[in-house]
Amino acid sequence: MTRLAVPKTYKLYIGGKFPRSESGRVYEITNATGEFLANAAKASRKDARDAVVAARAATGGWAGATGYNRGQVLYRIAELLEGRRAQFVAELRASESLSESAAQLQVDAAIDIWVWYAGWADKYVQVAGNGNPVSGPYFNISTPEATGVVAIIAPQESSLLGLVSVIAPALVSGNTVVVVASERAPLAAISLSEVLATSDVPGGVINVLTGSAAEIAPWLASHADVNALDLAGAGDLDGDLSWVDLQIAAAETLKRVLPPENGIPAPSVERITFFTETKTVWHTKGII
Amino acid sequence: MTETIRFLDYAPAPESTAILTLRESYGLFIDGEFSDGHGESFSTISPATEKKIAQISTADASDVDRAVAAARRAYSRTWSKLSGADRGKYLFRIARLVQERARELAVAESLDNGKPIRESRDVDVPLVAAWFFYYAGWADKLDYAGVGPNPRSLGVAAQVIPWNFPLLMLAWKIAPALAAGNTVVIKPAETTPLTALIFAEILQQADLPAGVVNIITGAGDTGSLLVNHPDVNKVAFTGSTAVGRSIARSTAGSGKKLTLELGGKAANIVFDDAPMDQAIEGIVNGIFFNQGHVCCAGSRLLVQENVKDEVVDRLKARLSTLRLGDPLDKNTDIGAINSRAQLDRIRELSDIGEQEGAERWTADCEIPKTGFWFAPTIFTNVSTSHRIAREEVFGPVLSVLSFRTPAEAIAKANNTPYGLSAGIWSSNGSRVLGVADKLRAGVIWANTFNQFDPASPFGGYKESGYGREGGRHGLAAYLTSAARESLGQVAPSSAPIETPAATKKATK
Repeated sequence: MTRLAVPKTYKLYIGGKFPRSESGRVYEITNATGEFLANAAKASRKDARDAVVAARAATGGWAGATGYNRGQVLYRIAELLEGRRAQFVAELRASESLSESAAQLQVDAAIDIWVWYAGWADKYVQVAGNGNPVSGPYFNISTPEATGVVAIIAPQESSLLGLVSVIAPALVSGNTVVVVASERAPLAAISLSEVLATSDVPGGVINVLTGSAAEIAPWLASHADVNALDLAGAGDLDGDLSWVDLQIAAAETLKRVLPPENGIPAPSVERITFFTETKTVWHTKGII
Repeated sequence: MTETIRFLDYAPAPESTAILTLRESYGLFIDGEFSDGHGESFSTISPATEKKIAQISTADASDVDRAVAAARRAYSRTWSKLSGADRGKYLFRIARLVQERARELAVAESLDNGKPIRESRDVDVPLVAAWFFYYAGWADKLDYAGVGPNPRSLGVAAQVIPWNFPLLMLAWKIAPALAAGNTVVIKPAETTPLTALIFAEILQQADLPAGVVNIITGAGDTGSLLVNHPDVNKVAFTGSTAVGRSIARSTAGSGKKLTLELGGKAANIVFDDAPMDQAIEGIVNGIFFNQGHVCCAGSRLLVQENVKDEVVDRLKARLSTLRLGDPLDKNTDIGAINSRAQLDRIRELSDIGEQEGAERWTADCEIPKTGFWFAPTIFTNVSTSHRIAREEVFGPVLSVLSFRTPAEAIAKANNTPYGLSAGIWSSNGSRVLGVADKLRAGVIWANTFNQFDPASPFGGYKESGYGREGGRHGLAAYLTSAARESLGQVAPSSAPIETPAATKKATK
């Protein structure tokens, strides 16, 4: 007799907890051949706002942690993902109809990206900042620091690798993140959230919404407590909404906006520094 | 400290305007020469006397087209083919010419803008020369600017600058743009076009190739035509947050690289252990420098409660010694408000301050009969919700708030949508660095205020804009590289830095 499987309930990930959408809505997720896989939560405007509140509350602790500490926390995610490699390979095969080797490649790449960015956390400041030789008796130094809350539209393709490629760089400097997962294939994002919840990432640092990017993104783009917008996966949204509309909405609060990418963003130090602010501190020098 | 201190009367010591050889009217500087604009011309006046200085052209759409076309031609035929070393030599020439004509530029600036000659002579113009000299040296060293390997220029830069530091803002915009290899169309503010037009003569003396810098005059419509021109690759704007927003909207999706340096409402935080003599001078410099027409002005004074009365009393005593009047007089501390419109705005917000319950104190000084003037003003009993504590007054008006603990000071300082600058006054170095870490502002002055240097990046957090001017960060605003193009800013291409091997395969 074959054992009857216990399917997982997929929910949102907000403030370190797994709530259902307050709207009570779900949408059906199928594989490439149309077979039912699961119902995913369909996040609402209120869920997006709750996620921003959680992300804002987490900025102080995360940005205030040392780079060495953040690096270790990000590296820990890679460790845990490595342990769940088989699970994610199976999930990607099911949801994206990938071959075993293609799925393995995606999971390995996602793990390696966490490792690569983890190593930047205590270094990017040295690359992006510097002392300034001003013409006067002043100590003067410019250092980058996190811009605050970053709202991200994850790439629609490659549900795990695409997601990791956009959230990891934003986290390096101490930003907190609200990410809208791939609409068609959101399940890996929620499984990743389970990894995050059991890793050392503080609740609220990463918040994951599933549902319609076209529905949720305008609320994030216009939200006054969101500092930056990564439109990586917003190149081809459902309906009449274009990513340019989101950039226009973001102009009202002068958010920093990264335009859409073709495919999955390659790892780069520029993705880290784009979501930072350069702070220049002058102090008088004198022998008292 | 409240007793009245008697000061000697100063005899007038006006700087002569004989050094100026102004024309009656100025055209647009396009493709290396002056030509008339097709819009309706206007006069630029001295805000101290309301007398006309010169007639100024307005660029209409056809003139903007002409200017952008000239910049594009100069970019593709001349400037982008020049070596970095030669670009640098032109910039060094410009720096030297500015130094040679420094007095003339300072007089013109004070005449047209209304700022005291002491400031235009000792701050604005020396910094203009320093800015060109600093970026001149970068022109052949771009590989070290930190934007990735093989950095390249962007193309034609459209630049719109404000009236508070007319020539200095021009230098902040033009010097890094040219060093990076871009060509420029720049529009000075309509109330202060004079020094930009004299600068055009300096460009002719420097023999800068025609079209590399084009200077067009006009009001907001001209600026809007310029930043929205389809053949522009880069937009740099300094001015109000409202206009910055509209530029961010109108350039959305255009692929134009945008940097914005917008408004501010800086907190100047004075702890009870501050070096008090320096702090008083710093507070005065922070808000009354350039009549408070400074985006990074220390317009919110946060004083620790136990020293608040002492600080306010000493401020009033010090402000009573400031001399308001003829901007060209070498003894003048406070010059004229730049325009009637700005004066109206300062008066309106100050009146609102009183209506909302703040207590107003104004220095007792004689106001000249003609021109636009506003005496140094302090508001006490200000709460964080008052409009004078939230909105940029852009005038000589200081709002005083108090705090008890460092945590409260930080919370109040950050309680603003702006994030351009901040000041900290304390003799405790550890506290200074700790507070600086927690302030959300792009420039923080500790035990000093309103310091500027071409080597030091300047720019804001949050709604004070994005991008930096000054230092290598300022250069980066005018450069691109393969690494940056992969961020979708131009054409997507591969990242040149070493990336995990598995990713490369998976992302093919």
